[in-house]
Amino acid sequence: MSAASVDAPLDPPPRPKSSLLAPSDRTRRRRAAERRFRACGVAAISVGVLFLAVLAAAIIRSGAPAFTRTVVDVTITLSREQFERAEGQLLKTAAYEAVLIGALQEMLEEREERAPFDAASLRRILGKTGGSLREFFRANEDRIGRPVEFTLPASSRVDGYMNGRVSRDSLTDSRFLKAADLDLVDALAGAGIIHSEFNWPFITGADSGVDNPGGAGIGAAVVGSFFMMLVVLALSLPIGVAASIYLEEFAPRNWFTDLIEVNISNLAAVPSIVFGILGLAVFIQFFHLPQSAPLVGGLVLTLMTLPTIIISTRASLKAVPPSIRDAALALGASKTQAVFHHVLPLAMPGILTGTIIGLAQALGETAPLLLIGMVGFVARGYPDGFVAGFTDPNSAMPAQIYTWASRADPGFYEKAWGGIIVLLIFLLSMNIVAIVLRRVFERRW
Amino acid sequence: MPTIWLILIVLAVAAAGYAAGRGRALRGVGGEGRSLHSTPAYHGANVAMKSAGPALLLLAVWLAAQPVYVNGIVSAMIPDSAVRDGTSLELTLAEVRRTARGLDLAVEKGLMDEEFARDAGVDPADMTARLRDSGAVVTSAVTAPVLEAARKFRALDAAGGRFMAAAVVAAAVLGALWGIGQARKGFRARNVVERGIEAALIAAASIAILTTLGIVLSLLFNTVEFFGLYPAHEFFFGTSWAPSFSGRGGSSELGVPPLLWGTLYISLVALLVAVPIGLFSAIYLSEYAGSGVRSVAKPMLEVLAGIPTIVYGLFALLTVGPLLVDVFGEGGLLGVSWQGGGRSVMTAGLVMGVMLIPFVSSLSDDIIRAVPRAMRDGSYGLGATRSETIKRVVLPAALPGIVGAVLLAASRAIGETMIVVLGAGAAARLSLNPFEAMTTVTAKIVSQLTGDSDFASPEALVAFALGMTLFVITLALNVFALYIVRNYREQYE
Repeated sequence: MSAASVDAPLDPPPRPKSSLLAPSDRTRRRRAAERRFRACGVAAISVGVLFLAVLAAAIIRSGAPAFTRTVVDVTITLSREQFERAEGQLLKTAAYEAVLIGALQEMLEEREERAPFDAASLRRILGKTGGSLREFFRANEDRIGRPVEFTLPASSRVDGYMNGRVSRDSLTDSRFLKAADLDLVDALAGAGIIHSEFNWPFITGADSGVDNPGGAGIGAAVVGSFFMMLVVLALSLPIGVAASIYLEEFAPRNWFTDLIEVNISNLAAVPSIVFGILGLAVFIQFFHLPQSAPLVGGLVLTLMTLPTIIISTRASLKAVPPSIRDAALALGASKTQAVFHHVLPLAMPGILTGTIIGLAQALGETAPLLLIGMVGFVARGYPDGFVAGFTDPNSAMPAQIYTWASRADPGFYEKAWGGIIVLLIFLLSMNIVAIVLRRVFERRW
Repeated sequence: MPTIWLILIVLAVAAAGYAAGRGRALRGVGGEGRSLHSTPAYHGANVAMKSAGPALLLLAVWLAAQPVYVNGIVSAMIPDSAVRDGTSLELTLAEVRRTARGLDLAVEKGLMDEEFARDAGVDPADMTARLRDSGAVVTSAVTAPVLEAARKFRALDAAGGRFMAAAVVAAAVLGALWGIGQARKGFRARNVVERGIEAALIAAASIAILTTLGIVLSLLFNTVEFFGLYPAHEFFFGTSWAPSFSGRGGSSELGVPPLLWGTLYISLVALLVAVPIGLFSAIYLSEYAGSGVRSVAKPMLEVLAGIPTIVYGLFALLTVGPLLVDVFGEGGLLGVSWQGGGRSVMTAGLVMGVMLIPFVSSLSDDIIRAVPRAMRDGSYGLGATRSETIKRVVLPAALPGIVGAVLLAASRAIGETMIVVLGAGAAARLSLNPFEAMTTVTAKIVSQLTGDSDFASPEALVAFALGMTLFVITLALNVFALYIVRNYREQYE
């Protein structure tokens, strides 16, 4: 050892000078790489959050106008002679429109404003109002001769003008609206006759035809979704809990149990559209259940939600410590009694949370509903009764949104965004309930 | 009698049986409940189970089987000549059902009496007029064979309903009597009831198998029928997708490759967005972020997963599409005119990528956290920085799991429907330009099966073949991915 060091050359090769106090190039490079890597991570999360923000902004900005509507408040006093004269004419609705124009002009003159009104411009602003006026007075003949206050919805393009969606510059004269009509609208707005209000008919109403975006509402679709969710809840909760209890507490380890397990984990990943094909082929073609019915939609969504519910229920059953079961068995309970009297109640909050989240998932699902005929069909009204609610054709919220989005008139896009806000409010409240349930009842063993 | 009443009757019989069984068991031991093997409630439950169980099962089977049976008989009655040109037996059957329902409605409204509805000698034209008056939807003049079939349908349906009610109530009563007869001192009611409960649990668990079976069978039968009408090699290798709904058969080209190409291209774009963002998010959240950042950022990313796909679809159609046209379209910001319309591969792919971010990030997060602490400590001990540890130690160890996560995301992307229906377009194309509109397997399933198409035509049946293709691809991806993930988990447990 010592001989070797003596033989070594006297001048060792010069070692690179480095100090612990000053970082070397290499260290600096490594630190820069570290910073870059970290920045990538921050950037990735920021991009994700940014997307969320953009999505939320797009939804709120485009959907908010659906919740207001533009109306014209007008008080009409129809005298008996006017009524009889109008009924005697050939063009009865035109006569009523003339009365309406007279009333509007009177109101404008009271405020010392003046605007050229004719029946055509009125029709472009308010749509065909004569028919509804006639209907009202024919049904309520006792109101003739007394002032009646009407709130008439303006056409969707006037609505767009009031919201700023349609501007004076972008408007080209068409049979729907002319630039001259906008002067009229401005005059009415200046007099306070035309104004915006909360759009209750959108929340409570049913879908309108393809030519009337202004009158479309999501109420009937909410009812359809509600009946569908009743079916899903009534079937998937008991079946899901029963299946989970069997797999978690009773099932022996054999090929049959393995088969069930493999099936459940695969069904959880099968594309939702395939469940739609299943519903079409089995429930509609084979069993001849009615098309577009919430019952069929509910059955399909049940099959789709079951794996989710089973997976979360099994997790909550597994979280109940075995000592609970052992204690029950030691006191002489049978296995069934131990599970149903002790384990299940303790697992219930977790099961309910999982069920609500599964329901929320089912509520927003669209693709299977397209195949069982919930689109291409106008849900014009509410179901007649409780049983009819399950079997009569109806729409559901996501299907209604899709229907609106695929219509040619861009006036429906606003409705689609508004529908999405309603849908998201439902989903949000369900998820909040689930989170609160979990917080309140969560138990740590 | 409506089914709901039948169910209520069965439940009432079961409830009465419960009381009777409980009472009989107690009386048998002179009110001394302790000398029974099981508590009196179990004797009652035994009766209720034996009464309601078989009766409700019979009801369900009958309700499922009767329409199939009645349709079989009625469709045998319809001669080929009664099937209008351009329609199929299936559509004629639907007309028969509509007519039968119209007859019910008319009788209900008092427009005709039961005798008239059943009378075979009535002139079909007269009947059509009366059906119209009743408000039933009658498409055109009701023909004699259809009316004949509708009468038979009503008769069979009514008779079936009566038999069903009788059989179900009889089953309930007999079951109750059997159970009451058993309620004796030595009878082990609890064991019997518990065996019944276990059978019900097994039945519930088997629904998963039945669902898979239903999916496979419904796809398989219709696919086989499709390949009987359309040559299989043209479906798999034909490079053109041009279904015709106007003419009857012959002129459609139904090749799947353009659709598969669109599907894979859009999924690729989606994964190119989702995998880097998702993976880096997962790395940052699991390795760098403090608990404060984590508790805020993780739920926010997961919100993206909870948003329904219809929302993403609308976002693609109305926000992202026009935005891309503004940038890449004619007269856009970049001055290139690559993109013609709002719907394109990029539109759908970008939005789908956003949807998949939380999917990739939460799965990868779990997997990265499962890498044992000791491996990181060893790397730090040798002087590696955090990023070097992650790149050289943690990621290689987690790689199989991450690959599994990416495969699961790919399967999700391939099966996604609403985003592509709204954002990708309807034209099937074999093109490399990502700014062009293309279509996918799922979008075509929707377009072939919605609308009033005839289910026996190859244009409608092709949707089942497409569904089968989709099912097989996603199933293979899922099984492979789950296999990888499971193997990986076992490695470190």
